[in-house]
Amino acid sequence: MLGFTIRRLLQAMIVMLVVALLSFTLFRFVGDPVNQMVGVDTSIADREALRERLGLNDPMPVQFWRFISNAVQLDFGTSYQFKQPVSDLFARRIPATLELSFMSAIFALAVGVPMGIYAGLNRESAISKLFLSLSLIGISLPTFFIGILLIFLFSVTLQWLPSFGRGDVVQIGSWWTTGLLTVSGLKALVLPSITLGLYQMTLIMRLIRAEMLEVIRTDYIKFARARGLPDRIVHFRHALKNTLVPVVTITGLQLGSIIAFATITETVFQWPGMGLMFLQAVQEVDIPIMAAYLMLTAFLFVAINFCVDILYFFIDPRLRVGR
Amino acid sequence: MSVLEIQDLRVDFPSRKSTFTAVDGVNLTLEAGKILGVVGESGAGKSTVGNAVIGLLQEPGFIASGEVRLHGQTINTLSEADKRKLRGRKIGMIFQDPLTSLDPLQTIESQLVETIVTHLPLSSREAQKRAVELLDSVGIPDPEARIKQYPHQFSGGMRQRVVIALALCAEPELVIADEPTTALDVSIQAQILELMKKLCTERNVAMLVITHDMGVIAEITDHVAVMYHGKLVEYGETAQVLGAPTHEYTKSLISAVPRPDIRVERFPSVNYIEASEKPTRNIDISTHWLGQSRDYAKISGPLLKVNDLQMKFETKGSIFASRREYFHAVKKVSFDIQEGETFGLVGESGSGKSTIARLITGLYTASGGSIMFGDTELTSLKNPRQVLAMRRQMQMIFQDPFSSLNARMRVRDIVAEPIKFHKLASSGSEVRQIVSDLLDHVGLGTAAGEKFPHEFSGGQRQRISIARALATRPRFLICDEPTSALDVSIQAQILNLLKDLQQELGLTMLFISHDLAVIRQMCTRVGVMRHGELCEVSQCEALFDAPQHEYTKDLLSLMPSMDLLSRADL
Repeated sequence: MLGFTIRRLLQAMIVMLVVALLSFTLFRFVGDPVNQMVGVDTSIADREALRERLGLNDPMPVQFWRFISNAVQLDFGTSYQFKQPVSDLFARRIPATLELSFMSAIFALAVGVPMGIYAGLNRESAISKLFLSLSLIGISLPTFFIGILLIFLFSVTLQWLPSFGRGDVVQIGSWWTTGLLTVSGLKALVLPSITLGLYQMTLIMRLIRAEMLEVIRTDYIKFARARGLPDRIVHFRHALKNTLVPVVTITGLQLGSIIAFATITETVFQWPGMGLMFLQAVQEVDIPIMAAYLMLTAFLFVAINFCVDILYFFIDPRLRVGR
Repeated sequence: MSVLEIQDLRVDFPSRKSTFTAVDGVNLTLEAGKILGVVGESGAGKSTVGNAVIGLLQEPGFIASGEVRLHGQTINTLSEADKRKLRGRKIGMIFQDPLTSLDPLQTIESQLVETIVTHLPLSSREAQKRAVELLDSVGIPDPEARIKQYPHQFSGGMRQRVVIALALCAEPELVIADEPTTALDVSIQAQILELMKKLCTERNVAMLVITHDMGVIAEITDHVAVMYHGKLVEYGETAQVLGAPTHEYTKSLISAVPRPDIRVERFPSVNYIEASEKPTRNIDISTHWLGQSRDYAKISGPLLKVNDLQMKFETKGSIFASRREYFHAVKKVSFDIQEGETFGLVGESGSGKSTIARLITGLYTASGGSIMFGDTELTSLKNPRQVLAMRRQMQMIFQDPFSSLNARMRVRDIVAEPIKFHKLASSGSEVRQIVSDLLDHVGLGTAAGEKFPHEFSGGQRQRISIARALATRPRFLICDEPTSALDVSIQAQILNLLKDLQQELGLTMLFISHDLAVIRQMCTRVGVMRHGELCEVSQCEALFDAPQHEYTKDLLSLMPSMDLLSRADL
C-alpha cells in the first residue's frame, strides 16, 4: 500500500507539472504581459526596463523554474485588473465556491443515493419509473436553464428565496467567510446548490440503480437470502457495499467537476465565488488569474482523485492484502 | 415422519405469450440422515425443485399447484416473512460456485456471525465461538486465525467448506445442495463429497443434492430421482435406478456417461435425447474439397514434437530484473504426437494444459524450449507468411461455445471466414458450397448457415466451432475442453462426431480435458499434468490399468466410482 501511495503521488506530481507548463505558456503566448500592464504612452525604454525587471528576458527554463517556485509558495503574481496579488483575490473568493460545491455535493449524495437504492431494489414500481423519468429531465436540461427556472419559480413568483448573492456572511478566522450560520446565508445557498447538484444527483442515482441491479443478481446475494438474512442486511450490508467502488470513483470525479465548473451557476446566481471571478478575468484578459485558476482546478482534481484511490483500500479488502 | 415431502409440485413461469411449466407433478420424500439426488440435464427443472422448496423461485416463477411439507407442515403457502424464518434455520442451501457465493467485502467471521445471530438467540461473542467451531467441523485448519480473513484468501475447495459451514449455521434439518461440486477439481470434489456425507450422518441432516453428474449421484446418494423436461421419469434407490434403469431416458442418459473403467468405440446413439441430428447428406470425403489436395509434405517421425517447453507469467513487475516474480505455468515439458493419433492432456485447473495449447497455436510466445511441427520450428518463425501457413494447418476448438463465436455474424460467415482469409477456394460460389457441405457434415444442415449463433444450443454451437475449425483443411486439431460446458448426452454426440471426423480426415488431435473418463474414450496416448509439469506419459489403456506416477494413481482413485451404473449397453 505504501508503494502504491508513493507511485500515485509521483503521478500526481507529473500531472501538476504538465498543468504548470500549460499555465506558464499561457503567460508567454496569450498577448504580451508588458502591454497589458502599461499604458499606451509608455516609452520603449521604460517597457524594456519593465521587461528586464519582470525577468521576461531570461531564458525559458529559468522563467519556468521561477514560475513553479512561486506557484508552490502560492504566489501567482499580480492581477492586471485589480492590481492586487492573485492569491489574495482567490483567498477571498474560495470560501464561497467551496461552500456552494460541498452543499451541492451533499445534496446530490443525500438525495441521489437513497433514490438509486430504491429504484434498484424496486425495479418495476411506479415510483422507480417516476425517478427515472425525472432523472432524464435532470440530465438533459442545461444547468443555466434550471437555474433560471428555479429563480423564476421560487424568487420571482413565490418570493421564498433570494435570487442572487450569498446573503449575510460571518467571518471565521482571518479569511474564511461562511453563509452557513445566518438564515439569509442558508436561504441563499438553497437554489444554487440544487442547480449545481441536480446533474450529479441524477448521475449518482442512475449509477447506483444500475450497480444495484447488477449486484442483486450475484450468487452471494442469493446465498445471503437463502441463509434467511433479513432484507435490511442483504440490501445494505451486502448489496450496497459492493456497489460502492464505482460509485466512489464517479462521485469523486464529479465533486472535482462541481468545484471546477461552478462557473455557470455562479454567473446565473451572481455568486461571489472563483467561477465568477474567472469569467470576469477571461473578459479582461487577466492572465495571472486565469493561470492560477487553471492550476487550482487541476490541483483539486488531482487531490480528489488521490483520495478516491486511497478510499478503494478501505472499501475493498482484495486490494488491501494483495496477492 | 419424513423431513421433506414434495407432493404433485408444479412450478409455472408465465410470460407474455405463454406459460412455461418448469416442474410438473413431482413427488419426492426425504428422511433424516439420508441423501436424495435429483439428476437431469440442463433445463430439466431440477434446480427449480430446490428453489421451490426453499422459497426462492426466480421471478416470475411460482408454485402453481402441489405442496411442499417440512416435517408435515406445509411451507409453500407461508407468508414471505415466515418463509424467510425457515431459510437458514430449518433449510440450508449450498450453491454451485464457491468463488461467487461469498460476499467479497466481508470477512468470513462477519458472514457467519450475522447468520448465527439472525437465527439463534446468542450474543455476538457466543456466535463468534460457534463460528469457529463450525469452521473446525467442516475441516478448515487453524479456524481462529482464518475466520478473520476475507473470501479471496481461501482456495476454491476451502471456500466451499465455508459455504457449507454457513449453510449449517443454525442446525437446519434439510440442506439443499445445488451442483455443490461442479466448479471444483476432482480431488477437491472427492473431499467435499466426503464431508457432506459425514455431516449428513453425524448431524442427522436430510440432504437434497441437485446435480447433472452421475458420478456424484453414484458416490453419495441413497435415493435418486431422474428428471426430464420438468417431469420425474424415474425415482428409487440409487443402486436400483443406476443398475437397472427402467425408463428409456434413464437408460440413454446412463449409456451416454463416459466411463473411466471401460473404453467404448462409439457412444451408443441415443434417440430419446433431442437434437441428435444425423448428417442430412453424406459427402464423400475422399473426393470432396475437404479431403482433396491435403498437400501436406510427408514427414518422418512425429507430427508435433515439444521439447523443454516453458512458459512463465510475470506476477510482480519491477524495473529491476532481479526483483521480478514469475509464475511458471509450464515447466520444461516434452512430448511428441504421432501423425493420426489423439494425444490427451489431463490435469486439474491451473496445471498448465491450456497454456500448452495456446503456446502451440502461437497465442502465447514461449519463454523457452522448442515446438517442432513436422520439420518446422514454430518458436523461431518470423516471416508472417510462414506463420500463416503453419496456422492454417492447426485449428482449435474452445471450451465455451457461447463466447467462442462472434454473436454478430451469421453462421455461414463464421465458417466461411477462414476459407476466405487463407484463400482456399477459387470463387464465392465455391466457398458457399463448401460451407453448406461442412454444416451438413457436422449435422446442422445447410439452413443453419442463415442463422445467428444465439439461435443454437450449446451442443449445436460446438458443432459450428468444429465446422469452422475444419474450414482450413487442418491436419492438426487442438480441442481444449470441448465438451465440459455440455450435458452428457450432447457430450456423447460431440465426442462421436470428433471421432468420426478424425477417422475420415486422418486428423491428428491434441485433446485437453480435466475429465479422465472422457480422455479414456478419446485418446491413444495420454499425458498427465500437474503444476506445469508432465508427470507421466503413457498409452491410454496402460495409464488406466496400471498407472505409474503417484499423482496419476491419486487422480484415478478420486474419481467417483461408476460401478453402480448399468452396463446394459455393452
